[in-house]
Amino acid sequence: MPVEYIPRTRELYRDYAPYRWVVNTDTPPWTPLTRPISQCRVALISSGGILYRDQPRFHREDATYREIPKDAVQADLDVWHFGYRTADARADHNCVFPLARMRELEADGTIGELADPAYSFMGGIYSARKVRDELAPRLADELKRRRIDAFYLVPA
Amino acid sequence: MTSALDITRAVNPPRAVFVNFPLGHQTGKPHQPDLQRQIVRDALRAFETIRQPGTIVELPYVWDPQDRTWEETDYTGNFLPPRPEKEDADRIEAERRARFAEIK
Repeated sequence: MPVEYIPRTRELYRDYAPYRWVVNTDTPPWTPLTRPISQCRVALISSGGILYRDQPRFHREDATYREIPKDAVQADLDVWHFGYRTADARADHNCVFPLARMRELEADGTIGELADPAYSFMGGIYSARKVRDELAPRLADELKRRRIDAFYLVPA
Repeated sequence: MTSALDITRAVNPPRAVFVNFPLGHQTGKPHQPDLQRQIVRDALRAFETIRQPGTIVELPYVWDPQDRTWEETDYTGNFLPPRPEKEDADRIEAERRARFAEIK
């Protein structure tokens, strides 16, 4: 049985005021894919708290994102996040930020193009309002500006 | 991509792909590029196969066929790592900055 994260989070954070989970009951907004994924420019986004080289770390309630060059390699990357155990992601960022895999899938034609840069933020933002009103619109504007066709979001 | 089925059901995104791995491994185990590539490829395929808004595709990968108990113990007790003191965090950040200043 998959882990039930909502009750377990309530337990882990029992010293805090109860977290109000986002519950969306409406039909989700739908943007059809207009061409095969093999012809799309695809952006990679991870909320795993990935940092590139000397980028500043994420702070509490940090609703900013970092741009990660698409040719970044393991030695360029670090992880700064307190909501999950990061040892494996630090050893191999592809556990939560599959940049090397996306480059391979660009090379073999699975996707048309991997967008440059990729993006990361730190998913442990307790304010859903900050995510909805600040982070998400900023990222959406950025993705539109870069003319991406689809984005692959890996939450962590 | 998601490894938290109940949270994703609540958020109800237009398209999602679920892999039942512990948090921090949403696209696979460390140093297993074939597994990682297969998971990512499956996820990208869902862009074309999902036609109904709110669909969650559940992938068949098993974290450890020898151990099905991780689901009972993961994300409980002392799961969350302690946050470093500000001084320690500043020091780690300064070290990273110094390391990359050399290769610029």
